[in-house]
Amino acid sequence: MATVSQKSKFGDVFWPIVAWIIALIFFFPIFWLIFTSFKTDADAVKPEFLFSFTPTLENYLNMTENYDYWRFAVNSVITSSFATLFALVVGVPAAYAMAFNPSRHTKDILMWMLSTKMLPAAAVLYPMTFLTKNFLGIFDTHFLVILVLCLINLPIVIWMLFTYFKEIPKEIIEASKMDGVTTWGEIKDILIPLAWGGVASTALLTFIFCWNEAYWTVRLTTTEAATLSKLIEGNRAPEGLFFGRLSAVSTAAVGPIIVLGWFCQKQLVRGLTFGAVK
Amino acid sequence: MMEAKALISGIVVKCTFLTSVRLISISLGKKLPVLTKTYVNLLESYLLEISNSIKLVGQKQPPYRFFGEDMKLVLKTALALAVGVATATTASAADELTIAIVNNGHMINMQKVAEAYTAETGVKLNWVSLEEGVLREQVTSDTATGGGQYDIINIGMQEAPIWGAAGWIEPLNFGAEYDVDDMLPAMRNGLSHEGTLYAAPFYGESSMVMYRKDLTDAAGVTIADNDSWDNVKAAAAAMHDPDNGVYGACLRGKPGWGDNMAFITTMVNSFGGAWFDKDMKPALDSDEWKAAINFYVDLLGNYGPPGSEGNSFNEILALYNEGKCGMWIDATIATSFLTVDGVAYAQSPNAGNPVGANWLWAWAMAVPAGSPNTEASMAFIEWATSKEYIQAVGNHPDFGWDKVPTGTRTSTYAIPEFQAAAGFAAAEMAAIDSAAPEATDIKPYVGVQFAAIPEFPEVGSAVAQEMAAALSGAKSVDDALAAAQSAATAIMQEAGYF
Repeated sequence: MATVSQKSKFGDVFWPIVAWIIALIFFFPIFWLIFTSFKTDADAVKPEFLFSFTPTLENYLNMTENYDYWRFAVNSVITSSFATLFALVVGVPAAYAMAFNPSRHTKDILMWMLSTKMLPAAAVLYPMTFLTKNFLGIFDTHFLVILVLCLINLPIVIWMLFTYFKEIPKEIIEASKMDGVTTWGEIKDILIPLAWGGVASTALLTFIFCWNEAYWTVRLTTTEAATLSKLIEGNRAPEGLFFGRLSAVSTAAVGPIIVLGWFCQKQLVRGLTFGAVK
Repeated sequence: MMEAKALISGIVVKCTFLTSVRLISISLGKKLPVLTKTYVNLLESYLLEISNSIKLVGQKQPPYRFFGEDMKLVLKTALALAVGVATATTASAADELTIAIVNNGHMINMQKVAEAYTAETGVKLNWVSLEEGVLREQVTSDTATGGGQYDIINIGMQEAPIWGAAGWIEPLNFGAEYDVDDMLPAMRNGLSHEGTLYAAPFYGESSMVMYRKDLTDAAGVTIADNDSWDNVKAAAAAMHDPDNGVYGACLRGKPGWGDNMAFITTMVNSFGGAWFDKDMKPALDSDEWKAAINFYVDLLGNYGPPGSEGNSFNEILALYNEGKCGMWIDATIATSFLTVDGVAYAQSPNAGNPVGANWLWAWAMAVPAGSPNTEASMAFIEWATSKEYIQAVGNHPDFGWDKVPTGTRTSTYAIPEFQAAAGFAAAEMAAIDSAAPEATDIKPYVGVQFAAIPEFPEVGSAVAQEMAAALSGAKSVDDALAAAQSAATAIMQEAGYF
């Protein structure tokens, strides 16, 4: 008995310490980033100024005054939220259909959707530029960025929702059918409330993916619809070390998403680990 | 502690305030009118299109079409109206220019200096700054699809003559007061095709040796102008003291045609080698390449910092400023970023052939052929690369004479204030003047550290990987060169050179 309680005491102390160490290791780059953002460009690359330096807001002022941070940030918010919304609008009915009315080809369709993620993005850069710029004339618009973000995340959205929906007992849906609920009613009143955790975590993850997307947002925009990834991209320099400036921009770009993740931690973890229905 | 608290609360208050102001202004003041205006503009433009049933407003006619004009219109309208945030065409009026630039120091400064240009002419400037690789990719895909996204683009010396020949960029014609003859001849030649200037140099660079005079003095060695490679190696060996964190020579090793290959090519040139022979067949299996690469691997492997295969300009700049490099052979522009004391300069070393031992590069500005604002763009380029601009930077309260873009005009080096502020001026000018991009008996192509042919980036990148493998010891020098030769031959053959 004594050994058991000792063991659990040891575990009580040991595992949290391990968890803290791992968490700190993961957090260190972000800490470093934030730390560097308060240094001048010159101090940022000097090892002797690791901790002893005069903090400055110069980089943040430069970012808001010379680079118009807010325009990029607002674009990021608009494109990520709309893309997430549309992905869910399309994804929820699609996943519903596949989970509750599967056909012979459902598995194949799911695999096919996933396979679209395997196409290297660079392979379609030229056709995408040509089509959107010369043919459709929607290059550098919010609409294009939303469309692209929505489409590239759709396979993940459908896959995630599909797995959550599959955990809901079919009988519940069947019972509601017997009671004469319409298909839309089934989705709205039964499916979504039951799989709320799953839907929320899917939405959150999609939002994060959209926010972090850099390849297309950098290449399909010029000024009008440029997002935060483009701002970061523009602060990288091949000749010159502007780490302070770059860190400030990066901090301001990842800040909102870290705060969002912080608030929604519970949902995210629950959605990712336990599934929707427990 | 109190200061930290005040600082943090200051940030929080400022961020909250700015966010709320921004959000309110968007939701109330701006968004609605902008959206309404967008819709009205759209409707107008569609009506115009229908009535004329001709070209899209503000856009070039695509070379071919998949659907009829009506279908396209329906599609476009549907797409536009599906989402609230609609498709305002970005074709700017002549009072607005969109400029794609690489995010290097001089370009960042230009954004500030150009505020005076906007104040004077009323032309609004939209800057899109991008990392070098991404800029090249985006500008290429934009130009290849007929242009239109940018009015002015930042391109390098590798692209300028090729794009000029392909008609992707406009030939530049400036007034007499621009004094085009003042441009350094090497720069002018490198940015021209068949005598026509296609891009105006904003700043230029060559390469030279930057070494620590205090370390060479302590070690009792000297590095002379155009020294022999053997002497340079001896100096590196004498300064090499890894136990105290000082490495004899810091050189580029990171794979990339503009990274390690820029340096390696100048070294090979100095050994009398070249990328291609008279028939444009790759010459990477030649004795000159073997001698040069063996020397490079030996020098950097024995007297360089660990992990050199990951180092390019920025990485070495950081090392150098930490006092970890005895010498560094790289772009002359590095001089304006060096913060350590006791830096001295010497012209690039060679192994018997001084021609092509130091490179030549310029970041230049060009007007893509698809730009609707050619005239306004030319006017801006004329201003930004003029003598007047150099004066504007030199006299700017935020910058000064050590920050003026160099390597473009002879007259810059004659300015007394500049000479006084920039200790590197004479060495830089000498390096640029001695750079020789023209084709010679040894090499049939234009360019020093690159060949001005469209295939070069591909060939250069393939070879760069092999050179990094040789440097890291993953391959022997002979194996790496053999693999590089076969890769380069395949690319050139496919391109139809032989």
